[in-house]
Amino acid sequence: MSLTGVTLIKDLRLEWRSKDAINSMLFFALLVVVIFSFSFDPTAEESRQIAGGLIWVAFLFAAVVALNQTWAREIRNQVLDAYRVSPAPANSLFLAKASGNFIFVLVLEALMTPLFVVFYNLRALGPAWQLPIVALLGTWALVVNGTFFAAMSLRTRSREIMLPLLLFPISLPAVLAMVEATTSILTGEYSAKFWIVLLAAYDLVFTTGCLLLFDIVLNAE
Amino acid sequence: MKRVFPILGLLTAGLLSYALYLALVVAPTEQTMGDVQRIFYYHVPSAWTAFLLFFVNFIASVIYLLRRSPKADIIALVAAEVGVVFCTVVLVTGPIWARPVWGIWWTWDLRLTLTLVLWLIYVSYLILRRFSTSGQTPQLAAVLAILGALDVPLVYFSIWFFRTQHPQPVIGGGGSIDPRMMHVLLINWAAFSCFAFLVFWSRYRLEVLKRELEDTQALEDLLESPRSVR
Amino acid sequence: MNATPIAPATTPIITVTDLVKQFGRFAALRGVSATFNAGQMYAILGDNGAGKTTLLRTLAGLNRPTRGSITMLGSNNLRAVCRQVGYMAHPSLLYDEMTGMENLHYFARLYDITDDQRCASVITAVGLDPDLARPVGQYSQGMRQRMSLARALLNDPQILLLDEPFSNVDLRSAREMVLLLGKMRDNGKTIFVVTHQAFLLEGAANEFVWMEEGKIVSRTSHYSPTPGEKP
Repeated sequence: MSLTGVTLIKDLRLEWRSKDAINSMLFFALLVVVIFSFSFDPTAEESRQIAGGLIWVAFLFAAVVALNQTWAREIRNQVLDAYRVSPAPANSLFLAKASGNFIFVLVLEALMTPLFVVFYNLRALGPAWQLPIVALLGTWALVVNGTFFAAMSLRTRSREIMLPLLLFPISLPAVLAMVEATTSILTGEYSAKFWIVLLAAYDLVFTTGCLLLFDIVLNAE
Repeated sequence: MKRVFPILGLLTAGLLSYALYLALVVAPTEQTMGDVQRIFYYHVPSAWTAFLLFFVNFIASVIYLLRRSPKADIIALVAAEVGVVFCTVVLVTGPIWARPVWGIWWTWDLRLTLTLVLWLIYVSYLILRRFSTSGQTPQLAAVLAILGALDVPLVYFSIWFFRTQHPQPVIGGGGSIDPRMMHVLLINWAAFSCFAFLVFWSRYRLEVLKRELEDTQALEDLLESPRSVR
Repeated sequence: MNATPIAPATTPIITVTDLVKQFGRFAALRGVSATFNAGQMYAILGDNGAGKTTLLRTLAGLNRPTRGSITMLGSNNLRAVCRQVGYMAHPSLLYDEMTGMENLHYFARLYDITDDQRCASVITAVGLDPDLARPVGQYSQGMRQRMSLARALLNDPQILLLDEPFSNVDLRSAREMVLLLGKMRDNGKTIFVVTHQAFLLEGAANEFVWMEEGKIVSRTSHYSPTPGEKP
């Protein structure tokens, strides 16, 4: 198996063993949904208009919490040094971490979505089969840049705030696309095709960019 | 070089005054909006100048990563700083214009929104520069600048399409411009560009001196006889 | 395991020229020039802040020099010869939640080593039990240092860079580690040990390199503490 695969499995196994991050994050995700549902209590008609935005903002918050602990285990015993002195290519480490985060955040989304459906009585009037596609593309967009900027913020003061600070501005077109795509599918008023294509383009551009540039970030002192 | 700066300064001052006169006095009054529209001559050139400076930042960042040239790093930093300033001008003049004319402070106008996102990206770039504890800050900043620049076309298309689905007022008149207004606009843009260049150059020289000072201090620390505490 | 032939003793294996490393205004290395030969064990000594760790990390490629050059195994590019280098520091560079064997399995993959036997033999070589099911986080300090050394040995490197391998390790374990290092040196490895416990290496190290304020001030073949200094 490739190094990326081995690293990913190692991370999943470690997460499964300690379970500390995933448990607190699941609970945090639940809290976010409840708070949002208390704060925005729309009618069924209104809810379809705003649910897209609400859900993705909630996912974004949950994702940031997950992303902030991406490199926590590697920092603890300076394991990154072991990686840096080895001949292993930086981008396999990046891809493994990003994939791990991807799975992580998808799990959180899978928990939060049914709750939103329940609290907002959601029903998609448009093609619901497109929703998983939007979820996959959108989550990858957040995670690929999030993993990259999480590594960058390791070399800064105020690490936890640096990650969202760097991530949010650059993610704006992707967030707009996710929200608009979800809203169009829920309301059935527009086609989500353009947004899906935009998300795919965003994913392609930034996955390539991050893979090419990660070596510089990993080896910054 | 030192003599050129004051001469350029005077020329710019002259050009700016002339441009101001054109904008406030000579340019014809707009039919529907009235005199408020004259802010257009500040709003639009500031935007163009900001975008140009961010493009300079992108090129300088790429050159820095390819050649590790310290000058390229300084150019990137200065371009980002001055660009953010001009972006701020756009973001302030936009609502000032929109409020009396359309009755709203903000609209997701293409230019205005694009400017807002760019402002956010480059402010985050400047914050990264300030908060970085790494010895390789220029490299990290250059990486961020390149990712930010890659984002720009995506931002543009996302806003453009958003507006076709949710029509909003356009600040700045999308239609054809009276040739006399275009003339005033271009003169103002020339004046703003000269001003931007002057500010850029001053800041550049300042940064070069600052780094020279740091290098000299570092060299002194290196060469001084060790302080032994025995 | 090694495609590169082991360099015979007394040939230079690392040459450092005018090495300067500054962190902002603090100069950790102020111009270090030295030649180190193959098949030798070098003890690097000095007070805190002398630059020992910085020198080791720069040799490992973890710090980029501000000025100066390093030639290692004939190459100016440290990345090109990184397969021949093993690095160990005071943090364990291991995952606390995995067992020793699991850790080594993973780090071996970083060097394209998929051989299970290699991991087991390296763990045994440092005097630990490959089948130990305890996660590394629960090891004693001595065990953790030894497992960290095992990790550094996975790729059978020609050059070993060890930063404070004996700190907080009980005396017996430390002496066993020194014996092991001596054996590896006799087999042709070049070993650099940064330590505050130089007495452990008396009789084992070929040379004691003294650093002070970012420079090498002397190189001796014996360790003799000055009066008043703790042995």
